[in-house]
Amino acid sequence: MMGFLEDLLGNVFWQAVIKSVAVLVIILVVALLIVWVERKIVSDMQNRVGPMRAGPFGVLQTLADGLKLLFKESVLPRKIELGAYMAAPIAAMVPAFLIFMTIPIGRPFTVGETVVTFQGADLNVALLFILAMSSMAVYSIVLAGWASGSKYPLLGGVRATAQMISYEAAMGLSLVPVIMFASAQLGGASPALGTMSMSQLVELQQGSFRGFIPGWFIFWLIPSFVIFFISAVAETNRAPFDLVEADQEIVGGYHTEYSGFRFAMFFLAEYINMFNVSAIAVVLFLGGWLGPDFGLPGWIAWAMPLFWFFLKTFILVFIFIWIRATLPRLRYDQLMTLGWKRLIPASLVWLLLFAVVTAWRRFGAPWS
Amino acid sequence: MTDPSDVAHGEAPDNGAEAPVTAPETGAEERRRLHDVWMSGTEAPTRSGHFTSEAGQEMLEEEEGAVLAQQRGTLVSDDYLDDIESDDDERQILNMGPQHPSTHGVLRLQLELIGERIIRAKPIIGYLHTGMEKTAETLTYMQGSTNVTRMDYLSPFFNELCFSLATERLLGVDVPPRADAIRVLMTELNRVSSHLVWIATQGMDIGALSMMIYGFRDREPILDFFERTTGLRMNHNYIRPGGVAADLPDGWRDDVVSIIDLVTKGVGEYEGILNANPIFIERTQSVGVITPEECDAYGVTGPIARASGVDWDLRKAFPYSGIDQYEFKVPLGRHGDTFDRYIVRMEEIKQSLGIVAQVMDSMPDGDWRTGDRKVTPPPRARIDQSMEALIHHFKLFTGGFGVPAGEVYQAVESPRGELGMYLVSDGGTRPYRLHVRGPSFANTQALPVMLTDSLIADVVATLASVDPVLGDVDR
Repeated sequence: MMGFLEDLLGNVFWQAVIKSVAVLVIILVVALLIVWVERKIVSDMQNRVGPMRAGPFGVLQTLADGLKLLFKESVLPRKIELGAYMAAPIAAMVPAFLIFMTIPIGRPFTVGETVVTFQGADLNVALLFILAMSSMAVYSIVLAGWASGSKYPLLGGVRATAQMISYEAAMGLSLVPVIMFASAQLGGASPALGTMSMSQLVELQQGSFRGFIPGWFIFWLIPSFVIFFISAVAETNRAPFDLVEADQEIVGGYHTEYSGFRFAMFFLAEYINMFNVSAIAVVLFLGGWLGPDFGLPGWIAWAMPLFWFFLKTFILVFIFIWIRATLPRLRYDQLMTLGWKRLIPASLVWLLLFAVVTAWRRFGAPWS
Repeated sequence: MTDPSDVAHGEAPDNGAEAPVTAPETGAEERRRLHDVWMSGTEAPTRSGHFTSEAGQEMLEEEEGAVLAQQRGTLVSDDYLDDIESDDDERQILNMGPQHPSTHGVLRLQLELIGERIIRAKPIIGYLHTGMEKTAETLTYMQGSTNVTRMDYLSPFFNELCFSLATERLLGVDVPPRADAIRVLMTELNRVSSHLVWIATQGMDIGALSMMIYGFRDREPILDFFERTTGLRMNHNYIRPGGVAADLPDGWRDDVVSIIDLVTKGVGEYEGILNANPIFIERTQSVGVITPEECDAYGVTGPIARASGVDWDLRKAFPYSGIDQYEFKVPLGRHGDTFDRYIVRMEEIKQSLGIVAQVMDSMPDGDWRTGDRKVTPPPRARIDQSMEALIHHFKLFTGGFGVPAGEVYQAVESPRGELGMYLVSDGGTRPYRLHVRGPSFANTQALPVMLTDSLIADVVATLASVDPVLGDVDR
């Protein structure tokens, strides 16, 4: 058995297949869980009980809903552009999966000779890849809005273009100090050293500062983290930035005309994206899967990194949900004001400041 | 941007002196002119010529600029937009409602948009029309309050009260002090419950979903109290000509005390969530502005008029049911925007709770309906003893009582504004004509003034702050 597993994981192709399937399963289970967690938390904050019927504490409610949507008739409105209408939900799901592929969720382990990483693919340009993929996700919304041949989805799509593109800028800028800091950590005066690989970024956060503060990037890069998190909320269309699907204003936004499993794909993609940006924030700022294993024996120690990763991620997801239950939605122009007049200048100033300080520390004062 | 603190204290002094009212710089005249153009379909409106009874529904066909004017009645087609030779590619007509999630029932708004900016708005009503005014002509006065209670279903007591007061004035009947006190108690509690629904929907419509549950949660004990008193949570038929249907239940003081405690606590919570919330303030301040002059012109009353600084409350101006013996203040806003309406309504909740507390302390003893046997059925015990009493009871509930010929207009201050009923009697047992001046109707017709030149997101915020009840609009 062990030999077979060894052979299987030793083969690059089969390892990739196994990882892909694992990512698919993990992400779907996590998405179902997040939907349930959100409904439970929000209902608790609103003096309700939330889902109670399907499974213990209603934990299977999302599964039931998903199955129901799967068996529903897919209504095709008359005025749609068929190709784009069909492609949009798929275009929403694919980037969501691809982003999760690059995220390390646990400590690498060895089976026989092979080192297996808890990661779909360890790209050396992972950060760029993630930014590119999250830009791709905009297309699904714009396509859906345009292809539905209806006015409310169109308004949602138009809102999406403006909103997601402008927050993309703030998000990208807030990540630059992370790369700079990582390259400074990698050290040396050689500016060529640097990394965008997610696993390497996690490893750089090992160790601790003065013994008790973990070496997570957030302690040096709090402004980056704040800007990233705000942009991430906007990027994933979550309240209070959920203008794209503001159901009180434009009914359902881009997915107004979708039904059945196509709607479910949009729905799942939103929750997967929420999990993804939380996971990215955890990897970049909160030390990823790093955490104490308390000297526990055997497989528990092996599983502890997974536990820490999911714990940190779910704490961020909880903050997402908490915000949703508390804040009213911004208006379109206020959203743009916040993006262009607050977040982007703030991240630029922070970037400049951080660059100067980093250069000073590495190369000494300009007059020396 | 205004400082919220100066609004919160904008209460009118009780002696009726004018509170400082400054009309905001909103281009009121321009918007008024645009509205007139839109209503008439021409650049130079001749009010006598184009103002028909159907008002906005009927507009001239081929006027340039007035795109909405091409629509007739409720038939909607925007295909002609393709034929318009224009650089405005982004111009479109959006139908909001009647099945839109936040049009508060079945209001339909036609919006002419450039991008997301609204250049015209047109409320279209009638989807809930059930002919209640006509129905009233076939019901006796005793049954009448069953009918009117269904109009404004969020404040049914006010409809009943208004109808009963009008009938009593025609009859020349005085109700005993306890009936008056019960009426004030129930209507003011009803005002609180209605405003709680408003805060719930206002919060929900701008995206604060938790507010919805909180508002309905705190309204629940009030409805429970109504149910205990009247038997139903809505459509009570409790206030009737001649008094009220039944005395208050045992232990009503405990209920009212707990309601006052709970709602006071709840209002504090809402203010904690919303007052200092920058997003809420951004979303509501300077949104849906209406000036005092425009309020006058469109017949806007109630909290909306008071939020723009019009010191007009029928409880002060034409007191009914002895409400003038209780002390309360009329909160006034200054800017006439959605935020001021929020402040005014929150303050009204507190003032109404104050009235309820005073009523509770000074509740007089005695009968809860008039002793006039012409309108009040004989007591149950008398029916067992006396044949005449039985006949009297039978006649009263089958034929009803006659009301002297005449006409009367009675108005009460409902949570939405001036609710008036114009009642004409020809001396029979049924009204010859009942006309209702619904506050929501008048407030809804001012929507275009508030909405012009705003964004779609402002539509829902403004609409929620106008708080129309479509049952009251369409009747």
